[in-house]
This record gives sequence, structure tokens and C-alpha cells, in this order.
Amino acid sequence: MINFFFSDPKITIAAKLLEVLFFLMGFVCFFTGVKNLTDKGNKSSLGTGVFWIALSIVLAFGRWIPNLINGILVLIMTLPAVLRQVKPGQSKPVDPAYSEAWSKKLNMTIFIPALSIGTFALIFALFTKLGALVGIGFGVIVAIVTLMLMNHDNKLPTFFNDARRMLDIVGPLSMLPMLLASLGAIFTKAGVGEVIAHYVGMIIPQGNINIGIVVFAIAMPLFTIVMGNAFAAITVITVGIGAPFVLALGANPTIIGMLALTCGYCGTLCTPMAANFNIVPVALLDMKDRFGVIKRQWIPALFILAFQIGYMLLFK
Amino acid sequence: MLIKLLGVLIVILGFAFKLDSILIIVLAMIVTALTGGLGVNGLLETLGQSFVANRSMGIFIVTLLVVGTLERNGLRESAARLIAKVKSATAGKVISAYAVMRVIFAAFNVSFGGVAGFVRPVIMPMALGAIKAKGLEPDPDHAEAIKGFAAGSENVTWFFGQVLFVGGSGALLVQSTLKNLGYETNLVDLAAVEIPVAIFATVVYIIYTLINDRQMMKKYYGGGQVSASEKPETPKVEA
Repeated sequence: MINFFFSDPKITIAAKLLEVLFFLMGFVCFFTGVKNLTDKGNKSSLGTGVFWIALSIVLAFGRWIPNLINGILVLIMTLPAVLRQVKPGQSKPVDPAYSEAWSKKLNMTIFIPALSIGTFALIFALFTKLGALVGIGFGVIVAIVTLMLMNHDNKLPTFFNDARRMLDIVGPLSMLPMLLASLGAIFTKAGVGEVIAHYVGMIIPQGNINIGIVVFAIAMPLFTIVMGNAFAAITVITVGIGAPFVLALGANPTIIGMLALTCGYCGTLCTPMAANFNIVPVALLDMKDRFGVIKRQWIPALFILAFQIGYMLLFK
Repeated sequence: MLIKLLGVLIVILGFAFKLDSILIIVLAMIVTALTGGLGVNGLLETLGQSFVANRSMGIFIVTLLVVGTLERNGLRESAARLIAKVKSATAGKVISAYAVMRVIFAAFNVSFGGVAGFVRPVIMPMALGAIKAKGLEPDPDHAEAIKGFAAGSENVTWFFGQVLFVGGSGALLVQSTLKNLGYETNLVDLAAVEIPVAIFATVVYIIYTLINDRQMMKKYYGGGQVSASEKPETPKVEA
């Protein structure tokens, strides 16, 4: 089946390369899973291994697996995640003296591989039919080759071991964006949007696009403040308010949809619920005031929100 | 009809009460599928279909192949040397320079280690050093505010800079949410509409920091405009 896919002339090269990218993505997860399964230093090696290996199967081969099986695999990987059985294993931390020494040798040239991913993402998106994601993959390969040429200590296993170390830190939250997108799909299928729209419609008039934009743009930060996560808020609010009260009236989905997310970010700047950004730094910097970071963010956040509302109203 | 909103309620309350994120989403999915009439099969089919359709959101996993090794090869140390080239007269200007540097690198999805890895060991000593270079001892309240502004510029420039990265997870989520609703968008356009927002956010934060820093300099050090020539001749002995 896989063979057939890659030799089928009707399928674009872009689609084929994207699947190659998913093989690589799956392989990084598979590598992380196997390393953790065999890691005696990881007390939850089984749960950790199951999580990453199940994820790797869906990422690499999901296209050829029936949806029902994919759904079961996703539920399986959420089990060790919810039971807190996905933990980082033992990896050698980076020796600061080594990094310092190589930084002195490479100096500013280290920025060449660092910037290559974003550069190729943009170049591929603008000048080829392959798309930004394939560009990111290409940029990663360029960065790997550059780093290998710059420092011969960098062998292929170095990159995979370092990726495993980073992926271990991110942990099960690495599946969160995909899971949130799926929740959005289930909301849409179940008709949640229509229900919310029905009730919101009792409060605000449907058919006035400007009022719709203002409500959408303010609902995003408000829900983000409560939930602490703009990604979670956007799936709910776009379906419930953005679509029926703004997009259905013919507004530009690129501007409205994208700016709604960054309106949500203004909420992230104001909420202790987003602890990673607003509370953890208080501890890391030995600040006295628990709200010391939020106090320096909420006023600019209001200005940025107002700017975006104006932007949406003018360019809808 | 109202029962269909149970899943939404679970998401809102679950996040508000800081339950496990994955648990909340799975619960909300199951409850919504059942109350919305999708059934068990419908739930599994939709979940599998949507998860696979959104695998591109895992693109950051591929970029991790480089992130860790860049760190090993001294990316953070080089970034520290780059920002140290900015010879700034005040703490506010140090933070402003960092904000500009960070928003540019954020557009390429490059970070230097966050508050723990960069702000605390690199930016804070530079900012406090700028005050000490005037022969002043940083006031504790001023230092506290400087910390807040450093962390704030870190957040603001990252949030609004990263959306300029073509293929960032925020835009991918927006794209898939819109696609579910029947609207097609592309990643370059999604990044391009954020350019004015990123510039505005960075400029506003810098102005806000500079105004506050100037006021605090006056408040805590009586103007704080002690130039090098006005410094007392006798070297100050640090305790």
C-alpha cells in the first residue's frame, strides 16, 4: 500500500515528501520510545515506551491505518499520559564547559544552522509548490549537515539523542495540539457550534459583523484568562462565536481566524493560570510579588488587544 | 440541546481547575461524542481521522533534531555574546535590545533557553550592571520591576514573534479549526497578517518599559543622570 502511494504519479511530490517527513517525525518518537523502554534509569519505562511508540505508529503510518484503529491508538497513548506514567529518562546533560568552548570556536556562525529552519520554511512556502512544512524538514536536514561540518563531534546519533532529551522534557504535552484539533473536529461534528451560537444569539444580534468581531476578539482573551491556554480557547470560541457571528457574514477567515488567536495571547499575558509564562518566572528570578510579571504585562496587553480589534474591523 | 455543551463546560472548568490537560480533552471528547450522538464508533473514527489529518502540528518534533544539538554547540553562549555587544546606558535599554533580538529570532522559531536559561543568567546581570555602571546601587524595588519587565518582554516578543514563523503550531491550529468549519487558509498568509501585530506589540512593550524605567530612575536615584565625568573621584568600595 505504501509502495503504491509513493509510485502513484497522481499523488503530488509535495504530498509524498510530507509523508516522508511524517516517517522522520515518527522515527524520532519511536527512537525516544525504544530508548526509554530500555532505560533502567526511567522508573516509568513501560508507560513512557508505550506512549512514544503508539504515537510514532500514528504519525508515521496513520495514512494507511483505518481511522477506527488510529482512534484506538490515540486513546491508548493517552492512558499512560493521564496516569502520569510518561517520564523523562536518563540522558547525559550538556556540559556547559563544552558548549562554551564550541561557542568560542563557532562564534556567530552557529546562527547559520539555527536560522536555516525558518529560512527554508519561508523559501519553500513562497517559491515552491512543496509548502512550508517540507521546507522545515529541508531546513532541519541543512542544519544537521551544517552542524556536522562545523563540529566533527556531531554524528548522526548525537542529533537523535539530543532530540530524545528534548522530547523527554516536552513529554506527553507534545500530542496536545493534535488532540485539541481533534476536539475541535468532534465539537463541529456534534453540532456544539450551533448550540453556542443559539445562546450567544439571544444576547448579541446576529447579522452585525462589527459587533460580532468585537465580541469574538474580547471573548478570546476572557476565555484564555479562565482556561490559561489560548490554544484550548480558540477551538471552542471559533466554533461558537467566530464562525456564526463573523465568518458566516463573509469576513476574511485568514485575518479573523489568526488574529483571534493573538487576541487570546493578550489574555495569556494577564492570567496566573498561564503559570509557565507568568508565575514560574517569578520564582526563577526571585521576585517578591507573585503577580510581578503580570503587573508589567496587562497594560501593554490591553493596547495590543485594542490594536488588533481595530485591525480586524478595518481589514475584515 | 443544552447537554451538548457539557463537553465545553468540562474544557473550561478542567483548565480553570488545573486538571491534567490530556485528561480534560479526552473526557470532553467522550462526553461530547456521546451527547452529540456520534457514539463510540463515531468518536474513534473522528478522533483517528482528525489526529492523522493534523499530524503536521507535530512538526516541532522534527525541529527538535536540531534544537538540542544547537544548544550543545553553544547557541546560548553565542547569543549571550551577541546581546553583550549592545552597550546600553540603562536597564530599560538593555531589555529593549533583548526584545528586538528575541522577536526576530522568534520569527525563525529560535529561543535561547527562556527565563531560566537566558534572562536570569544573561539579561538580568546586564540590566543591573547598567545601573551599577552609573555608580548607583540598584534599589530593590527597581530591581524587582526590572525583573518583571525582563520576563514580560520575554513573553510578549515570543508570543507575537513566533506567529511569524511559517509552520508554527498556533497557525497550524487556526488552519485546522477553520478547515473543520469549511474555510481554507494558507500558512504564509496566516503568518503575514501577524506582521503589523508583532511590530506593534514589540514597540508598545519597549515604550512601556522605557517610560517606566525612566520614571523609576528619577524616583529612586533622583534623576540618575550621573554621567561618568560627574562621578566622584574616589573609587567606590563595594561591600
